[in-house]
Amino acid sequence: MEPIKILDALACPLPLANVDTDQLIPARFMKEPRSVGYGQFLLHDLRHDASGRPVEGFILNRPQADQAKVLVARRNFGGGSSREAAVYALVDYGFRCVIAPSFGDIFASNAVNNGLLPATVSEEDAEALLTALSDTPGPLRVDLEAQRIEAGELSVAFSIAPTWRTKLLNGWDDIDMTRQHAERIRRFAADYAERRPWLDTTPPEVISRG
Amino acid sequence: MPTTLFDKVWDAHEILRGESGQSLLWIDRHFVHEGSFHAFNKLRERSLSVARPDLTFGIADHYVPTLTRRLDAIGDAKVRGMIEQLEGNTHEHGITLFGLDDPRQGIVHVLGPEQGLTQPGLLMVCGDSHTSTHGAFGSIAFGIGASEVAHVLATQTLWQSRPKRMRLSVEGELPPGIGAKDIALTWIARLGADGARGYAIEYAGSAIRGLSMEARLTLCNLSIEGGARCGMVAPDETTFAYLRSRPFAPRGERWEQALAYWKTLQSDADARFDSEVTLDAAEIAPTVTWGVSPEEALPIDGQVPDPAQVQDAARARQVRDSLDYMGLAPGQKLTDIVIDRIFIGSCTNARLEDLRAAAAVLRGRRSQVPGIVSPGSTQVKRQAEAEGLDVVFREAGLEWRESGCSMCVGMNGDLVAAGERCASTTNRNFKGRQGPGARTHLMSPVMVAAAAVAGRLADVREL
Ligand code: SF4
Repeated sequence: MEPIKILDALACPLPLANVDTDQLIPARFMKEPRSVGYGQFLLHDLRHDASGRPVEGFILNRPQADQAKVLVARRNFGGGSSREAAVYALVDYGFRCVIAPSFGDIFASNAVNNGLLPATVSEEDAEALLTALSDTPGPLRVDLEAQRIEAGELSVAFSIAPTWRTKLLNGWDDIDMTRQHAERIRRFAADYAERRPWLDTTPPEVISRG
Repeated sequence: MPTTLFDKVWDAHEILRGESGQSLLWIDRHFVHEGSFHAFNKLRERSLSVARPDLTFGIADHYVPTLTRRLDAIGDAKVRGMIEQLEGNTHEHGITLFGLDDPRQGIVHVLGPEQGLTQPGLLMVCGDSHTSTHGAFGSIAFGIGASEVAHVLATQTLWQSRPKRMRLSVEGELPPGIGAKDIALTWIARLGADGARGYAIEYAGSAIRGLSMEARLTLCNLSIEGGARCGMVAPDETTFAYLRSRPFAPRGERWEQALAYWKTLQSDADARFDSEVTLDAAEIAPTVTWGVSPEEALPIDGQVPDPAQVQDAARARQVRDSLDYMGLAPGQKLTDIVIDRIFIGSCTNARLEDLRAAAAVLRGRRSQVPGIVSPGSTQVKRQAEAEGLDVVFREAGLEWRESGCSMCVGMNGDLVAAGERCASTTNRNFKGRQGPGARTHLMSPVMVAAAAVAGRLADVREL
């Protein structure tokens, strides 16, 4: 994964609360392999009208939106379904950071696992950033080391769990980290199985298939 | 030190704690479904194998058709491909599959408990947010993303930070006609869709102790709709009675060993919680959602809010946006909302008890609108048919289908048309959840049945 230290990029304001993962990527696109590029599905039903035409004025349909790397939104961003496809849609579109007052739990950890920074700011700071961007993609700086966001005159702090910060700064992957503990895991599993003999999952009597 | 139920189960699974405070946890049970293909592809990219195929179970539920159990009868090649892909991946890695034509097939969160795979004190995960359901047995169960699914497949472990603990107590006796769905929508409306974010909830109190296993499953299922990491109920006689002689439950001496352990799974009397919330059971009314988030819920005798009366500007904007999407007028009475169809199904409310309750309301009556009933599992379907519930639904004019996620998420093609309004026993009223432009009102099975009979949202207590 590509590490993040400082992002100097365009940011898109998305002044909505409760942007759930069903909105980030509607379920009907989730049959597609990742190789098709999930960016085209991002916020699909907000971006397009019922006949499939782009909705004029919607932020992702503005000039330069396709070059943005940062999204600023209101509270409870990414709540709902655990679909990691919601993160794929953001990442494939080009986003590296979402700024919001709060995030769905599963979304946030999915984000970190894909090198997307979920930066938590206060409600007031989110509003201030949205106001500063005033409806158009605008320049913004996210400094992960300093945990600060700068937009013109405005400078606000953001929070992120220390583990996640370390992972993003280094571009680390969990599976590599865990495999270093293979021996500890093996010992734990053996001891655990001995203490909980009832957890054996050998399939019960064979049930005939109908 | 006095310890909570959550901490007892967590500590029993902690392999080690990393420098930054995250725990590496042992996973007892891992469910995969059609949508888990991204995770299998990640394994393939890195040439990794599945560490513990014996602790991994595959279930076909999200994309399965509800009109047939035949794979070759699925018209949409991409939908069929999703089910075939799951078969291929589970077969390749030696994982037990509850596939489309298996008599045990069902929605993962209905099947796990039904088969006795869900047990007290376990740590269970699945790439599906409603995995919180399984906490009803006193296990820690939560949804994870595809990268984490790949991690669990490869290592049978998961890195997690310990959430804070919340005790949500419901004291007193629930009035007739009020169920777990009403409790859940009530607390979510009060705390907000992210009100329990960062918390593991333990549901406690006399009203919870009085709930059946099935109702506890509904309650824990909806924990995620309030943003909680997971929800749990301490195991008790209700739990043990439900589990005894389930196919995967321990037997004989092992049952006794397990039982002795399970009985220790209680929060200590003076255990401290980071947050305490208490509801009075007597004050809970049949509750329905009017908006596009589960927090936008009200007692059925209420009125849709008027954004002009909402003080907070951001909140007013949200209300206006929700009303606009839902096609509702400010201040409109909930019981004046006319519906186009109903859906009874999903991992939230499609167990036998739910179907019985809905059928009791529908018996001898006609539904004013079309609708689908999709049992939570194939086994629930068989049991319901043995009791003649299918006949009740059919005679009411509803379709009796096969089991699957169906119209909860529409992945199999069971969709609510754009602009249509559906009274639904599911868990998400998000924009477009049941189909592009679909309008969803969440409520309990008896309330959906009442809405069907009235052709509009209705108070089941007045029927
Ligand atoms: S029924 Fe709905 S909520 Fe439950 S697992 Fe299926 S899609 Fe998810």
